[in-house]
Amino acid sequence: MSNSSSGGGGDFTSNLGRIYALYTGGFFGFIILVGILEQLGVQQKYLGYMFMGLTILVYAFIGVVTRTSEVSEYYVAGRKVPAFYNGMATGADWMSAASFIGMAGTLFLLGYDGLAFVLGWTGGYVLVAVLIAPFLRKFGAYTVPDFLAARYGGNAARLCGVLVLMACSFTYVVAQIFGTGLIAQRFLGMNFELACFVGLAGILVCSMLGGMKAVTWTQVAQYIVLIVAYLIPVVWMSANKFGLPVPQLTYGQALEQIATLEQSFIKNGLAPATMKIHDAPFTSYSPANYFWLIFCLMVGTASLPHVLMRYFTTPSVREARVSVAWSLLFIFILYFTAPAYAAFSKLEVYSTLIGKPLADMPQWVFNWGKLGLVTICGKSASSLADITAACQAIAGHAGVLRWQDFGINTDVVVISTPEIAGLPYVITGLVAAGGLAAALSTADGLLLALANALSHDVYYKIINPNAPTKQRLIISRMLLVVVAVLAAWTASTRPTDIVAMVAWAFSLAAGGLFPALVLGVWWKRATSQGAIAGILAGFGVTLFYLVITRYWPHLGVQYFGMASLLNPVSGAPLIDAAAMAQHLANPAVTDGPVLASNPLASRVGWFNINNISSAAFGLPVGMVVMYVVSKMTPEPSKELQEFIDNCRRPKGQTLMVEKV
Amino acid sequence: MSEQDFERYWQRTSSLMIKMIALWFIFGIAVHFFAPQLNAIKIFGFPLGFYMASQGSLIAFVVMLFWFGKAQDQIDRDEGVAEE
Repeated sequence: MSNSSSGGGGDFTSNLGRIYALYTGGFFGFIILVGILEQLGVQQKYLGYMFMGLTILVYAFIGVVTRTSEVSEYYVAGRKVPAFYNGMATGADWMSAASFIGMAGTLFLLGYDGLAFVLGWTGGYVLVAVLIAPFLRKFGAYTVPDFLAARYGGNAARLCGVLVLMACSFTYVVAQIFGTGLIAQRFLGMNFELACFVGLAGILVCSMLGGMKAVTWTQVAQYIVLIVAYLIPVVWMSANKFGLPVPQLTYGQALEQIATLEQSFIKNGLAPATMKIHDAPFTSYSPANYFWLIFCLMVGTASLPHVLMRYFTTPSVREARVSVAWSLLFIFILYFTAPAYAAFSKLEVYSTLIGKPLADMPQWVFNWGKLGLVTICGKSASSLADITAACQAIAGHAGVLRWQDFGINTDVVVISTPEIAGLPYVITGLVAAGGLAAALSTADGLLLALANALSHDVYYKIINPNAPTKQRLIISRMLLVVVAVLAAWTASTRPTDIVAMVAWAFSLAAGGLFPALVLGVWWKRATSQGAIAGILAGFGVTLFYLVITRYWPHLGVQYFGMASLLNPVSGAPLIDAAAMAQHLANPAVTDGPVLASNPLASRVGWFNINNISSAAFGLPVGMVVMYVVSKMTPEPSKELQEFIDNCRRPKGQTLMVEKV
Repeated sequence: MSEQDFERYWQRTSSLMIKMIALWFIFGIAVHFFAPQLNAIKIFGFPLGFYMASQGSLIAFVVMLFWFGKAQDQIDRDEGVAEE
């Protein structure tokens, strides 16, 4: 039953290979066409609009063609998505604007320590495949809270799941819309607030009519765009510089040259002896923070609802497992390329900027400097006169750019690569389209996770269990629009903390959901009370640590035994005892909630653990509380134990059956 | 399916799980404890510690997952709980 296609969209799903091959070919043809138009002298602005416009039209077209009025298609794409395509869709669902645009820049700035993100955001899929996804697929859930409700007997567990889901998905979706706004602003010169709502339209058109089914097939199309856009510039650069179009291999040579340059900078007084060496471990994070960060990102990956729900769409448990492997392969392609971007840009900056007279700065420095994204001597590099003045203000500056004078925003590394490498504008447009695809696809998945939790879990399962199918779908779509508009409105107000808060989602999901999901499958003795206590304790401790260290750090120091974090290299406190006493006595510092620029914000904690890894506390607490409370409460009923056995056994029908 | 058969199935599944988690821990965490030492070794210009965190472990994860899909399916078939 699962493999046969029926009803509207059957033609689409039975010709997948041909359709996506044609689509990919068409996309390459389009890139070439735009390239020709550029040579003919068409203005860059119009080329940019062509890229954005055409790709969004294609997504909208897929969204309309795959519309549906069936509940199971709306929530789980009718469980007809083959493992391979679900892998691609998960890749797009997973890789956000931050991965596409920000990751390479993070690696540029942090060097080796930035690899914690590369490791954390890939290794988590091992946990997904082995511990969680196949069992949730067998159960037949529509949403993650569905599973919690069935396993832990009731709506209390369901609501706890919804709470954690909301907390980790909403800021995340806001960040994606923020990302689409930035891309449209930078490449099309669009007004930021307007661009947020254009992004909103792009997201809704993919998800509203067809729910999960439409989102799946648009995400596949978006994956193709984003991976092509990510690879082309860096492959080109590698072929150009090292004569081999395999950047993942050739950047080893770039690393060697970077290391040589670093040593010569230190020797010639162009950088302090304490400069961050690119491949040296533990210069930005202490070893403990590095490993806790990897751990929290991995466990968080395995607990994020918008990722887990993608595996509800495969035809079988077997395919769900294989699909996780495909997902990881598709994600891997981007993540093992990102360090190459970082290395090539760093080599470019080190070999053409550092140690050169200020008058010799290339044009791209000023192009990005005008937007405040490149700084020299602490000021935006908007013109030669400005940077000369800024550097002259520093005592003893010889008018030659030093390592410590140069600053770059993490977003610029990927965006500026085509320009730095001297590639035609068509490639820049392509990168913008890729970034847009990454942001839109992730936003789609998150929005669906949020709206489905509200419409399926809260409305249908709790408020009105007798709602007819038609009404459920109407409510689902209405909630989708409401959540989307709310997210776009929040993004348009430019919340300053939003990007930092995305990193919190991983810890919140890890601390809140991981114990209940994993023990729910692997430990029969886990009880309803244990799970609810575990979720609330794990989520609560994680949230407490995040909020206190970020917004009320002085309370953390005064009442909760927190102390200054330590410098990862020297081990000295970031804020010494005297400064701490002074800050605590200063009402300007202790007037919480404090801003990110506050001297104490995110710089205090327990055991020198950064707040980005706050599940280091939440997860163990959640596990222990769940264990202890489960042991103290009566063993789950015979029926429930049979239910667990059924989830563990691939054979047979799904346990949750949709009434038709 | 008898309770005993299912017990055996779950035991095999669990031991595969433990193997996978052990490998996950080795490649995800343990190997990077030695990054400073591994960095002394260079391969194609890559310091080995850097290489493991940027590519080596990632390749291991991908290979592990495809292998896991096969191995778990084999167990399902052997024990008669595979889907039709």
